[in-house]
Amino acid sequence: MMDLWQSFVAGVNESMPWFDGNIAAIIIILIKAIALIVPLLLTVAYFTYAERKVIGYMQLRIGPNRVGPKGWLQPIADALKLMTKEIIFPTKANIYLFLLAPVLAIAPAIAVWAVIPFDEGIYVTNLDVSLLYVLAIGSIGVYGIILAGWASNSKYPLLGALRSASLLVSYEIVIGFALVTVVMIAGSVNLNTIVSGQQGGIFNWYFIPLFPMMIIFFISALVETNRAPFDVVEGESEIVGGTHVEYSGMTFAVFFLAEYANMILMAVLAVIMFFGGWHSPFEGVPYLEVAFAWVPGIIWLLAKSTFFMFLYLWVRATFPRFRYDQIMRLSWKIFLPITILWIFVVALMTQLHIGPWFA
Amino acid sequence: MSSEQIIFYILSFWFIASSLAMIFARNAAKAVLFLVLGFFSAASIWILLEAEFLAITLILVYVGAVMVLFLFVIKMLNIDKSTLRAKFAGYLPLGIVVALIIIAEMTLVLGNAQFGLDVMPSPARHAADYSNITTLALQLYTTYVYPFELAAVLLLIAIIAAITLVQRQEVNRKKQSISEQVKVKAKDRVRIVTIASPSKEGK
Repeated sequence: MMDLWQSFVAGVNESMPWFDGNIAAIIIILIKAIALIVPLLLTVAYFTYAERKVIGYMQLRIGPNRVGPKGWLQPIADALKLMTKEIIFPTKANIYLFLLAPVLAIAPAIAVWAVIPFDEGIYVTNLDVSLLYVLAIGSIGVYGIILAGWASNSKYPLLGALRSASLLVSYEIVIGFALVTVVMIAGSVNLNTIVSGQQGGIFNWYFIPLFPMMIIFFISALVETNRAPFDVVEGESEIVGGTHVEYSGMTFAVFFLAEYANMILMAVLAVIMFFGGWHSPFEGVPYLEVAFAWVPGIIWLLAKSTFFMFLYLWVRATFPRFRYDQIMRLSWKIFLPITILWIFVVALMTQLHIGPWFA
Repeated sequence: MSSEQIIFYILSFWFIASSLAMIFARNAAKAVLFLVLGFFSAASIWILLEAEFLAITLILVYVGAVMVLFLFVIKMLNIDKSTLRAKFAGYLPLGIVVALIIIAEMTLVLGNAQFGLDVMPSPARHAADYSNITTLALQLYTTYVYPFELAAVLLLIAIIAAITLVQRQEVNRKKQSISEQVKVKAKDRVRIVTIASPSKEGK
């Protein structure tokens, strides 16, 4: 197998000399990307199923249970339905931008995953500024929504896009400030280093000194991903479906995929930033540490992320929608002052060498 | 040609092409999107120069925030391109003069005399574990800490000035106090009065 691979690489290098012999690296990156994207999209599909089931039970319903055993094939059926539906273009729409919008929504939502570390050494790339990369690429996702609203040439999408533009920009500031405190403790913007800094048991995780920041990060993540109770961008009861009104079939499905991929990303990011990433919660606990030593780190990361993904659904089933101005007030007058205050608190804790975090 | 050079030429071509397309685009929203593409190409070239912090900051600040607000404004204004095009011929001579001055200035500053290979040899490649952001932070917070702080204070003044400018008319402004709204009880708003119902005779 190895011989076959080496002869293949040698052959490609010979026929394409302008790659400087980097062709093997490019192929490996492509394989890594596929190994990441396929499970991600499957997770998105079954996250929608989980959402309908969880909210169903919370509202004393059963949820989807007709397609396949216990409704397990429901997401597959939904995907097939959306793929075979007709895509309708509004007559006065700007077709190029109308089609570019879903692409601009899904591309950053998947590209962000390139720097996410799943375990010691399991990542697509180990970028030195990976946290900044996540914030930068994550901020591009708003173009999808704004363009969808503008290119549709329709009332409700425009209103939804107007709402989202200012909302997302203001909450990016809050998320940025909340993550600055993590960077201050870890002393790095590399996600791998941030996770390594939380090694050594549950008391070394950053959510203890940064508890308010963790709460603010989670709430801001709800806004960034347009989730209830902050889903004013879609707001079915006010502006029909917001930016998605004119989209049908696969173009709508792409927006849907992007939203759920972003939700999963935010859950994983919360775990990496505040809950020790791939580290086991039993580190340093006698007996339990040995008993759970066989569990690979990626399982811990995914288990912790699943809890946060469940929180998204729980919140959606629990709270009524916020009014637009209340969300803006929450960001600028409450969250931003708290995060700035907490930067000073973290600086103070660093000076006083408090706990295992600032040793 | 090495792969690095090929990538550089592709990115440069995209940068120039998107900048030109930005100028010639008839649609304002499309012009903004071409500018975004231009920013991306510039950021990619910076990454090729091992300046990944600058590149990502460019995307974070300009693409992620400034251009979003640009699009926001363009959506609000209904720009009529025909009136702009009518003035094109009138502004053309002045525009050509300004463009020539800018080209002359840039050739003088960025020409071979200052940035030629004999004056500035091409920088050596750093090892894979070289951290651009650490080096930058050390410089910024030791050697250049006062200019850095001054710039921060300047930005703070700009923020406060902008807020005071939009907040100047206090009269007739309707404000809502959320804490009062939350604290309100039913008996503050609704008064229930018992009225004796009139009898059938109308007494």
